[in-house]
Amino acid sequence: MNRKTVLFAVLVATSITCLGADGSWLKRVPQADRKRVNAYAGNPDAVAAGANLFRENCAKCHGEEAEGKGKRPSLKSERIKHATDGEIAWLLKNGNSFKGMPIWGGLPEQERWQIVAYIRSINTTESAVHP
Amino acid sequence: MLYAPAPLRVWFPHWFSVKLSLFAFAMCLLPAWTPVSAQEPPYFVTYSSVLEEPGNLEIENQNIIAAPRNANSFFAPTLELEYGVTAWWTAEAYLQGQSTKNDSTVLTGYRFESRFRPLPREYWINPVIYVEYENVNGADKSFLEVTGHSTITTLQVANTELRKEIERSIEGKLILSSNVKGWNISENMIAEKAVNESEPWEFGYAVAASRPLALSGRGKSCVFCPQNVSAGAELFGGLGTRYSFGLKQTAQYAGPTIALNAAHGVTLKFSPEFGLNNNAAGVLWRFGMSYEIQQFRDYFRRSK
Repeated sequence: MNRKTVLFAVLVATSITCLGADGSWLKRVPQADRKRVNAYAGNPDAVAAGANLFRENCAKCHGEEAEGKGKRPSLKSERIKHATDGEIAWLLKNGNSFKGMPIWGGLPEQERWQIVAYIRSINTTESAVHP
Repeated sequence: MLYAPAPLRVWFPHWFSVKLSLFAFAMCLLPAWTPVSAQEPPYFVTYSSVLEEPGNLEIENQNIIAAPRNANSFFAPTLELEYGVTAWWTAEAYLQGQSTKNDSTVLTGYRFESRFRPLPREYWINPVIYVEYENVNGADKSFLEVTGHSTITTLQVANTELRKEIERSIEGKLILSSNVKGWNISENMIAEKAVNESEPWEFGYAVAASRPLALSGRGKSCVFCPQNVSAGAELFGGLGTRYSFGLKQTAQYAGPTIALNAAHGVTLKFSPEFGLNNNAAGVLWRFGMSYEIQQFRDYFRRSK
């Protein structure tokens, strides 16, 4: 494999990685998913369960307080604050593979909604920060 | 002194209880647990569409103990190192060996594999492409899959003879996996070809289904909560070769499987797999433990 081919491959890979860095996954969420309502919304037990699930499954990348780690984004942000529960749930289920976000479709749906409830609880007007 | 009934003694060689006790003791030494809900199903042979999270390194030890008919009992451990390269690519290395009663303890070979998830999101059925290179000798008793015409007669041959036969092969699997209402249903189709000898393509399969005992998490920390336990069943076996495709002269196994997803990335698994025909090795008692080092690659980065 010559040097030009390798450079081209690196360029393509980098471009793919950069796509979606600005939250472009939001554009891919189907309308029906966007409108889905979290049955656990505002439920303190679900928020506590979601916090546990977040610690075990998400904190390793996004930080214990969802503050972000390295290039992995903070989940206390204007983008998340303005996203609907359905959009966050869609991202959890489908991931954003080329940006490093794994697919969490193997987690039971109820647990994913509990995580959404927790993420929503840490994105209050006071706590959300700009990305 | 208490003696187990004869059939049970056949299944449980006396050294089995010693190893099991040591294993149970080791489990007790694990640090305090908090709840976790890993999405990985409790399978030993069947692969699902769940890949390792990018940057994580999972170290797994899975073991088989069996006492086949007319053959010596054996213990076959396999060490697996699984790394999440990206969110859609997982790479894995295996090192395997076995110890046969009244015979010897031998290293049987190694494998390297990669799994790719070609579709970027979750569908009702999710394909994963699996590619493997393996270099194992005939003494391999790891039963990581069954392909071709695998029969019990191989287990009756001495290790010194079996080690002379070395097979280098490439293997491909099409992994299909679905997640429906908390259930995971996975199917693997296996094709294997030896590259150092003129053997035909060999085929095999594995199917499995499992579900966590509870589908929602709890706010309180606990170890043996139902959501931390997954249970299911596996069925796997050979499908012959390109020239003699089918279930004849192959081994078939099925059995229940259970896993406890403990905290700090620790998972414990257990499964008795029962031979379904005369070519199978009675019961394969499988148990395994895995430990996940989260964000392993961060240890090699300057800024964390």
